[in-house]
Amino acid sequence: MVPVSYYLILSGILFTCGVIGFLIKRNIITIFMSIELMLNGVNLSFVALAAHWQKLNGQVFVFFVMVVAAAEAAVGLAIIIEVYRTRETLNVDQVNLLKL
Amino acid sequence: MLSLPIFLVASLVKIVLVILILLTAVAYTVWLERKVVGHIQNRWGPTRVGPFGLLQPLADGIKFLVKEDLTPPHVYKPLFIAAPMIAVVCALSSIAVIPFGTTVTLLGYQIPLEITDVNTGLLVILGITSVGVYGVALAGWSSNSKYSLLGGLRASAQMVSYEICLGLSLVGVLIVAGSFSLREIVDAQRGHFWGFLPKWNILYGGQIIAFFIYLTAAYAETNRIPFDLPEAETELVAGYHTEYSAMKFAMFFMAEYANMITVACLATLLFLGGWHGPVFGPPLLQAILPVIWFVAKVFVFLFLYIWVRGTLPRFRYDQLMAFGWKFLFPLAIANVVVTALIVAYRSSL
Amino acid sequence: MLHLVLFLVFGAICVAGAINLLAQTHPISSALSLVVVMASLAVEYLLLGAEFVAVVQVIVYAGAVMVLFVFVIMLLNAGREERTQGSRIATILGIPGVLAGGLLVAWALLERSDTGAVGLGSLPGYPKTIGGLLFHEFLLPFEVTSILVLIAIMGAVVLASKPGTRTPPAGKES
Repeated sequence: MVPVSYYLILSGILFTCGVIGFLIKRNIITIFMSIELMLNGVNLSFVALAAHWQKLNGQVFVFFVMVVAAAEAAVGLAIIIEVYRTRETLNVDQVNLLKL
Repeated sequence: MLSLPIFLVASLVKIVLVILILLTAVAYTVWLERKVVGHIQNRWGPTRVGPFGLLQPLADGIKFLVKEDLTPPHVYKPLFIAAPMIAVVCALSSIAVIPFGTTVTLLGYQIPLEITDVNTGLLVILGITSVGVYGVALAGWSSNSKYSLLGGLRASAQMVSYEICLGLSLVGVLIVAGSFSLREIVDAQRGHFWGFLPKWNILYGGQIIAFFIYLTAAYAETNRIPFDLPEAETELVAGYHTEYSAMKFAMFFMAEYANMITVACLATLLFLGGWHGPVFGPPLLQAILPVIWFVAKVFVFLFLYIWVRGTLPRFRYDQLMAFGWKFLFPLAIANVVVTALIVAYRSSL
Repeated sequence: MLHLVLFLVFGAICVAGAINLLAQTHPISSALSLVVVMASLAVEYLLLGAEFVAVVQVIVYAGAVMVLFVFVIMLLNAGREERTQGSRIATILGIPGVLAGGLLVAWALLERSDTGAVGLGSLPGYPKTIGGLLFHEFLLPFEVTSILVLIAIMGAVVLASKPGTRTPPAGKES
């Protein structure tokens, strides 16, 4: 028997790592991966609280989060490829002008 | 239900047995391929080492062990060493959920002939196949050479695309069988209809189109002809395993053939009725016959694989991707829709 | 007991993977750490009984989305990150700030919560029941997400295609 708060703490740690990664990293792809880490932390929260309330709705919602994350990853990576083609760099600090 | 110590002992014995049999099967599939492709090309294949060249896999194994395992200086070492391990681990672990026969009674205990039976067995195999793509992609990238990178990119894109068609072709089978567990899918194909025709999914379940989609997607997943552009010698030197030698190359080789065997086992279970076949005779024979039927059907699949390899030319890469996305994918979706409609109609009667 | 041990082991692997993602400079190492995090999260889902969600996590997230990330990193030949002045300021201010904020939120939530304990595999998520829910109660979100995925596919195909093959919008011809 593991308290649900342990799962929530783990989920919070993953989310916090995701936010830290989003703030400190300078490579666009790594920033994207931190977003995926945040979404994974949230998924864990959903499943843990679904087990607590004994309703499967939490697990169903994880599907929607995964689908949205996959769609966002696809479009985001396509944008990254486009940015790389025009700006020749993956460093966020150097993509700071609206016009080349 | 078995008690815990009996369960652990039985599982350990099963794991050791299955790994040994799988590795031997991999070695002799290579032998079979060389003989069959040789005969298709009007030559003998290996004949010198042992009778009919049967000891050739042993000689190959010794060669791989003794050869110099060269790690080129320009590679990214951690991933270079890890990539073949990922490929081999994924190829060998998907055999864990495949059932080989009915439950046998040994020494008074009921032991199911599989390492484990999970509720979502089919999805576990799909998941392990998905993770196996990393072995190929990382091998191509870490080799730090242009042929390897291109081969790795092409191979991983091809595997990811045809994984979708593979999964969709299996959805038809799932709708007919009603469960993800492989044992239950096989049990749903028990019995006969019209007197003598067995109730296999390919005949009674109406999954003939799904069977051909599965076969084609399986050829593409395991990187075999006609879809083996990423590793063809005449195209990309050797694709993603250009820079690998000796034992690491042997691991990729083993992974490819183990994947072939897993895919053949899965096709047998899902489309050809698994281990169901005429069972007769004394109880010992009755326990072994299902396994023999299973092995015979898997052998038919492997022979089909090797026959296609000796016969067809390979697809060009853009033809390959167009075929997967523009033809197989809509066909698989159409198969799912039609199967669902028929099953819903039959169950509402 | 077994539940606690397994939870702690795989939770430690999750956190180690997450910290490794932050600590590594090369994107490919971060991507592989994220794969490790997702795989151990799948085991955590299994511990809670969500078997279908766990397998879908491995197939979709670890086996498709992350392969896409690795693919793009390989394609664009992303190199190691450099430490610029901006990233130094962000690290010095960002990490303590986020940690403080996170601890505050965690303390506030856990102080007032009345959640109990869950056993091993306490809410079995069979595919049949989840499928039933998806097609009955959650039918509208299901259909809307399918349209979302269609839009994402179209967007990704257009964005990633070669610049010369895109047709310009109709207003440009004059």
